[in-house]
Amino acid sequence: MAFIIRRLAFYMVAIFVAITFNFVMPRLMPGDPVDALFAAAGGKLPAETLAAYQEMLGFTDGPLWEQYLQYLYSVVTFELGPAIMMFPVPVTEVLGNTLPWTVFLAGTASLVSIAVGCFIGLYASYNRGGVVDRFVPFFWQFVASMPQAVTALFVFFVFALTLKWFPLGFGANPDLDPGLNWTYIKSVLHHAVLPMVTLIVSMLATWIFTMRNAMVNVLGEDYITMAKAKGLTPRRIMTHYAARNAILPVVTAVSMALGFAVAGQVFIETVYNYPGVGQLIIKSVGARDYPLMQACFLMIVICVLVANFIADILYVWLDPRLRK
Amino acid sequence: MKSLKRFFAGLLKFYRGNPAGIIGSSIVALIVVACLSAPVLTENSPTKRVARGHQPPSTELVFGSTRAGKDVYSQVLYGGRVSLMVAFSAAAVTTVIALSVGVTSGYFGGRIDETMMAVTNVMLVFPQLPLLIILAAFLGQVGPMVIALILGLTSWPWGARVMRSQTLAIRKKEFITAAEVMGESKWRIIAVEIIPNLISLVAGMFVGTSLYAIGAQAGLEFLGLGDPTVVSWGTMLYWAQSSAAFFVGAWWDFVVPGTVIALMGGGLALINISIDQVSNPKLRTGKYLKIWRRMKANVEAKRGQA
Repeated sequence: MAFIIRRLAFYMVAIFVAITFNFVMPRLMPGDPVDALFAAAGGKLPAETLAAYQEMLGFTDGPLWEQYLQYLYSVVTFELGPAIMMFPVPVTEVLGNTLPWTVFLAGTASLVSIAVGCFIGLYASYNRGGVVDRFVPFFWQFVASMPQAVTALFVFFVFALTLKWFPLGFGANPDLDPGLNWTYIKSVLHHAVLPMVTLIVSMLATWIFTMRNAMVNVLGEDYITMAKAKGLTPRRIMTHYAARNAILPVVTAVSMALGFAVAGQVFIETVYNYPGVGQLIIKSVGARDYPLMQACFLMIVICVLVANFIADILYVWLDPRLRK
Repeated sequence: MKSLKRFFAGLLKFYRGNPAGIIGSSIVALIVVACLSAPVLTENSPTKRVARGHQPPSTELVFGSTRAGKDVYSQVLYGGRVSLMVAFSAAAVTTVIALSVGVTSGYFGGRIDETMMAVTNVMLVFPQLPLLIILAAFLGQVGPMVIALILGLTSWPWGARVMRSQTLAIRKKEFITAAEVMGESKWRIIAVEIIPNLISLVAGMFVGTSLYAIGAQAGLEFLGLGDPTVVSWGTMLYWAQSSAAFFVGAWWDFVVPGTVIALMGGGLALINISIDQVSNPKLRTGKYLKIWRRMKANVEAKRGQA
């Protein structure tokens, strides 16, 4: 329990740092982002709106700590104002529309790649020196070391553009009404195949290697010899003795890999024109929509921290030493 | 002369029975040499118009031309210089920061360690790419050197953690205690006793970060956050994407830079794996295991006879 609370406190600090980063960044830059907003909107913003932006971004007259408190308040209450790109839709609503797509894509891809990767790693370590052990991890590592943008472009070119097996973009067929009917779900799944496959391909090698290397290290331990001496079947030794302990480094690696998944998400959503947070952040950068951009950043950070926290809970569940 | 000999002997030892290392190093060396000798390999300037837009590969233009009629072949070679320079300088900055933070924090311990690790851990949980995007967005379209600096300054936390844990392990060894008893200064202990023992980690980190930086730079520029007037692998992808090269069927426009980036990444990854396997022989696979299996089979056969 103490472990969980300590981690929670740590994540709170991290979120705080992210908010502070958002606060400090525009102030370090020459000029005022509100001027940039004004220019981006083609000088068509009414004076009240401009004043509201100034207030919202904390560029009011007043000491720095007052501006900071004001910014903190607006973040905590989710009053982030309207997005400039899609005026006058509030930032929170724009974000809310994109978040489910990203969570669906990144979450499913992460789970699938962890499961498949660990299984391949387990199999490779089980058959040391076999074909799977010698070539499969290297092959996937080679594939995964391509930048995700490049992988996404290649997959897009071959399967969507040349072979026309999958659609060219969007999260679902835009002619369909969103709803819980089979046609819509089928369309969503059909559109998700390529982005999902690209993301999985770029992440798989991490898990194969983490699992295999962890297994190889665990297999040298004395209790494995002991289990063999007891005459347990190799399968039982692998699953109940080795894999149970080898899975711990894998859970630790989750926090590293999440950042990677998010990065992949940004490229993949851009290439496949997928309506998620990754595409939104790029669009908002292009439109110089600072409030939306910062909100996207904060949202991504929070998602990653939540996923990290889930990994921590999993860790406590798997490792009895942390439960006191 | 003697140290040079020892260096080559070490190199030979590293590559013996290490096909991943040999293949990886050959790929990387080939690309680096090709980029460095760009003026010899091509007469065309990467920024001059030499043909009509989107000409397919031919005997004259080996990799075709871009939308703006520039030679893709010469762009790949000259662009590689920029991309590789960014990757290696980012890796150098990262490695230096990670090494200093990791070793200082691991060796001194106590409060220094706590503060440094707190900062490192917070940095570590932040997803890097969004951070880079925000930074690049606020800085405007950034040139290659700024990208290298941003990458270098943001990607050290993981390395620092690894360096720290290795330093902690070394710190308890007898030769450190001996050096302390002899009254060596702390900085001398760090520089002369500890860091030489971290060389394989440093090498691994440098290669790993270069790999990451190649991808991150290409990615940032592909997203349009870099300076599009500079020719590099990333901006080539950016121009291919923004000139809709896919849709007009000009596949060479992005397949060529994409393949080079992929090869470079794959080569660096293979080197990285082989460094891991050399520093931790347990992780090896391949021939050695075959020998071991044969020995095991022999022993078991003998046992059966007895």
